[in-house]
Amino acid sequence: MTTTAAEQPGQAPKGAAEKSRSPLWEALLRLRKNKIAMAGLVIISLFLVMALFSPWVAPHDPLEQSLYDKLQPPVWEAEGTWTYPLGTDDFGRDLLSRIIYGSRISMLVGVVAVTISLFFGTLAGAVAGFYGGIVDNIIMRLMDILLAFPSILLAIVIVAFLGPSLENAMIAIGVVSIPRYARIVRGSVLEEYSKDYVQSARALGARDTRLIFVHILPNCLAPLIVQTTLGFASAILEAAALSFLGLGAQPPTPEWGAMLANGRALILRAWWAVTFPGVMILCAVLGFNLLGDGLRDALDPRLRE
Amino acid sequence: MSRFILRRFLSLIPTVLGISILVFFMIHLIPGDPAEMMLGERASVESLKQLREQLGLNEPLYVQYGLFMSRLVRGDLGRALRTNEKITTEIIQRFPATIELSLAAILIATGVGMLAGIISATRQYSIFDYLSMVVSLIGVSMPIFWLGLVLMIIFSLHLGWLPLSGRLSYFIELETITNLYVVDSILTGNWTALKDAVWHLIMPAFTLSTIPMAIIARITRSSMLEVLRQDYIRTAKAKGLSPLTVYFKHGLKNAMIPVITVIGLQFGILMGGAILTETIFAWPGIGNWILNAVYARDFNAVQGGTMLVATVFVLINMVVDILYAWVNPRIKVS
Repeated sequence: MTTTAAEQPGQAPKGAAEKSRSPLWEALLRLRKNKIAMAGLVIISLFLVMALFSPWVAPHDPLEQSLYDKLQPPVWEAEGTWTYPLGTDDFGRDLLSRIIYGSRISMLVGVVAVTISLFFGTLAGAVAGFYGGIVDNIIMRLMDILLAFPSILLAIVIVAFLGPSLENAMIAIGVVSIPRYARIVRGSVLEEYSKDYVQSARALGARDTRLIFVHILPNCLAPLIVQTTLGFASAILEAAALSFLGLGAQPPTPEWGAMLANGRALILRAWWAVTFPGVMILCAVLGFNLLGDGLRDALDPRLRE
Repeated sequence: MSRFILRRFLSLIPTVLGISILVFFMIHLIPGDPAEMMLGERASVESLKQLREQLGLNEPLYVQYGLFMSRLVRGDLGRALRTNEKITTEIIQRFPATIELSLAAILIATGVGMLAGIISATRQYSIFDYLSMVVSLIGVSMPIFWLGLVLMIIFSLHLGWLPLSGRLSYFIELETITNLYVVDSILTGNWTALKDAVWHLIMPAFTLSTIPMAIIARITRSSMLEVLRQDYIRTAKAKGLSPLTVYFKHGLKNAMIPVITVIGLQFGILMGGAILTETIFAWPGIGNWILNAVYARDFNAVQGGTMLVATVFVLINMVVDILYAWVNPRIKVS
C-alpha cells in the first residue's frame, strides 16, 4: 500500500508531472534538505572511506615503531616534518596512520554493538508486545533492571567480570543498549496489534512471525532507524571510554581511546598524542548524532524533542 | 499524592530485587574460578580455599544468593580484599566526594544550559541561537575523558591557573562535618580551605557538566519555543508587559516541566557516570573507587559498589517522577 501525495486531499499539487512517491522517498527528500543531517552524512562518509581504505590512505604502518623518531611534533611545529604530519608517539609510531586505522575499529565496534542491541532488543520488544501477559511482564522487568544502571557503569562492570578485551567491550556495550530498542518495538507492537489490518491478516491465517515481521515491525522502522544511528554514536563513545580505562582494546591496537590512555602519560611532553585521538572520537560521534537528529526530523516529526 | 508516592516507592522493591539478582550473578560471569581470578594464579591452595569459603562459593547457588541477600538487607557488603576494610565504610567515606562533584556539575549545567536555551528561544534563528545550538550538538558528542585532559593541559600545565587533580591541597587542614568540602569550609568559616576546595572543584565539575549542559540547553530551547507560540504569550505582550516579565513569568514557568525532568534524570546519570571524570582528576569518589576495585579484581567490592550506585540511581529517578507529578498537576496521578 502506497499513499501518493496526489491522492491526498487539500493542498496536493496539480502538476501533471507529479509522480507518485512512497513515504520513504518523501522522507529521503526531506532528509536531503536537512543541512544538519547532510553534515552528519558527510562526516560519516569520510570516516567510512578512512576505515575501508586505511592501508591506502595511511602513510605508515600503524604498529611500526621507529625509536629514532620518538615524540616528533606535528608538521606545523618548529621541529615537525612531513614524514609524520601529526607527529609520533613515545614508540615513534605515526599518529596520523594510527588514527586512520583507529576509524576501522570504531566503525567495527559501532556495527557489532548496534547489531547486538538491535537484534536482541527487537526480539525482546516484539515478543513482549505480541504475547503480552506474563511474558511481557518478565521481559520488560528485565529491561527495567538493565535501565536501573547508569549505562557506562554497567558496561564497565560487565567487562570487569568477563575480562578486558575489545570483544567483551563490544558485547557489554551492545547488552547495555538492548532496553532502548525493546521499548520502541514493544510500544509499536502494542499500538498496531489491535488495529483492523493486523486482525484481518490474522483472520486470513497469517502466522505470528508473519504478523510481527511483515505487518507490525515496518511501522516502527522510523524510530528504530533513528535509534540505530544514535546508537552508533553512543557505542563509539562508550567503547573509546572503556578502552581509555584499559578495559577495551589493548595496546598496541590503534584504538582511539587506548591511544588517549597512552597519550595521558605523555601529557607533559606531547600534547598532540592527547589531542588528535580525542578529536577523532568527537568527530565520529558528532557525525552520527547529527545524522540521527536529522533523521528524526525527516522520518518522524512526532519524535522531535 | 501520598498514595502515588507510596505506590511509586513500592514499585522500587521488584526493581531493587532485580538489581540484586543481576549483581549477584555477575560473579558467575567470570570464566573459570572466581577465587583464582581474584587472587591470581600463584595463590596458595589454602588461601584459595579460604576465599571460596568467605565468598560462599562452595554452597549451592540459591544458598549463595540467600546469604548475599541476608547480608545485604543488614547493610553488610563484606570486606574489600585490598584493604580488609568494610565495603560499606569505604563507600560511605567516598560518597560525599561524588555527591559534591555531581551537585556542582548539575548546578553549572542547569545555570548555563537554561540561560543559553532561554536566550536561543527568545532570539530564534539569531547568530546566538545558531552558535549555542552548534555548541550543544558538539557538547552531547563530547568524550569527556578527553575534554578533561585537554582542560588540564590548558589550565593547569600551560596557564597554571587551576590545580591538576584531587579535592584539596595537602597543606590545607579542614575539619570535616558533612565531607562535602565546600560546605564544611563554609560551616567552619575556613576561607582558605573554601578557596582551595572551589579551585579544585572547577575543572572536574565543568568537565562533568558538558553533556547535561548541552542536553538542558536543547530541551529548554525547544520547550520555550513551544510555550512562546501560545496565545496567552501574545496576550501578555499585547498588554504591554515588559519582555522580561513575559519570558520569565509567563514563558519559563510553563516551559519548566520537561526541563526539570531532564535535570533530574541527568543528575542520576552523573552520580553513576562520574567514573571517567573522577579517574582523570584523581577525585576520590565512588566511581574512582569502583574502578580501582575492578583493576584489583576485587569483585566483592565491585558488586557492593555497583549495588549501591544502582540503588541510588533508581531512588533519584523515583524522586524525579514524584517531583514531576507534583509540578505538573495536569498529569493525573495514576
